[in-house]
Amino acid sequence: MDEMEHLNPKDLEEVFRAIKETKGQAKFIAGCTNVIPNMRAGVISPELLIDLSGLEDLAHIREENGSIAIGALTTISEVAASGLIRNQSPILSSAAGSLGNPLTRNRATIGGNLADASPAADMAPPLLAMEASVHTERTGGRGRKISLDKFFIGPHQTVLEDDEIITQITFSKPKDPANGSYIKLGLRDSMAISVASVAVMLEMEGKVCRKGRVALGSVAPTPIRAYHTEQRLEQGEIDGNTVEECSAIVQKEIFPISDIRATDKYRNSITSVLLKRAILQVLDGGER
Amino acid sequence: MKKKTVHFTVNGEPHEVLVESNALLINVLRDELGLTGTKYSCGTGECGSCTVLVDGEPVLSCLTLAVAVDRTDIVTIEGLAEPDGTLDRVQEAFLDHGAIQCGFCTPAMVMMGRDLLNKNPNPSESEIREHIKGTLCRCTGYTSIVRAIRSCSK
Repeated sequence: MDEMEHLNPKDLEEVFRAIKETKGQAKFIAGCTNVIPNMRAGVISPELLIDLSGLEDLAHIREENGSIAIGALTTISEVAASGLIRNQSPILSSAAGSLGNPLTRNRATIGGNLADASPAADMAPPLLAMEASVHTERTGGRGRKISLDKFFIGPHQTVLEDDEIITQITFSKPKDPANGSYIKLGLRDSMAISVASVAVMLEMEGKVCRKGRVALGSVAPTPIRAYHTEQRLEQGEIDGNTVEECSAIVQKEIFPISDIRATDKYRNSITSVLLKRAILQVLDGGER
Repeated sequence: MKKKTVHFTVNGEPHEVLVESNALLINVLRDELGLTGTKYSCGTGECGSCTVLVDGEPVLSCLTLAVAVDRTDIVTIEGLAEPDGTLDRVQEAFLDHGAIQCGFCTPAMVMMGRDLLNKNPNPSESEIREHIKGTLCRCTGYTSIVRAIRSCSK
């Protein structure tokens, strides 16, 4: 961190003016809860930081046209404390409460968590299960709406261009918000990077699953959806067999690695267990 | 490196400090302003000993750039007691319950205890433990700390 400039734009025009002047060599920051540790460890050495935290318009949680819209600069604490989120997406609420620790959550932002794109990003599995979209702004007004399942392309890699920032995350209000489950397995109860995480949302009609969404974290190069598992869930009535089969199918959809937190074999094994638990939890009343 | 002037109040007093862009808030508070009550321990945001309040919310000052807190109100442990030296109720409770051993986590623990009680005057034990999940203590095993904070419930 030897040479470094910090810009604090007050609105989006200023942001894009700053990007133009630096020819896209800037790093966007907000809460800095990952950025500063990375800079101190020498993982990144940006020369210019464009601090987005002055863009107050981008911190909000509201209902808009049948969707829930969360501004990119909303802190994880705000997401966790939001009654609207607790009602419309208990799994997102739960994940927000599990990220880092109370202090980190007061600064970390939902946009930052997605833009950092760790395979273990806590906000990603529930948002994937909610079929969320990421909204961006870019120089020249070329902002776009990107479905979250098309957003991550590798560890810490997204489809965002150098001059593109996330402004908002949206998802449609679910039919049965409570029919979801989120399980994060970590080596500790707090301040844990997940070993594996599972988010499930089911739309049920009696015992029949009309729509099943399963998303997983820390078991692939990016947070992923488990499409084959979802398909199996949507094949008629869910019974004990379905759950067993799904817990086997999911193991074929993941690509876990061995790292300092767990081995690939353990992750493979535990994902199966967590998925089973998550489905049973939903059938048993879900997350409230 | 470019230097910037930042303005903020600390414990009610306005300050104007010339800082480098990469200066961390914890170092500005400790080295520039001499407020060494806030402790530097891990430097990576994992122990919580650097906790200060920024605009009323507890944050990790070792992960906060000084330039990012321009025009904010900051409270450190030195700002908790009354100007005449009367200790905050949480500070008294820590003394009464022997919730201090080496003392290194204490400023942060007291800040988090005070923050919780401001938001929730009657926290349960699990709510207290939840709130201090980001603040590590290597000495006490947390029992006396939780007891101290609990004793301040209404």
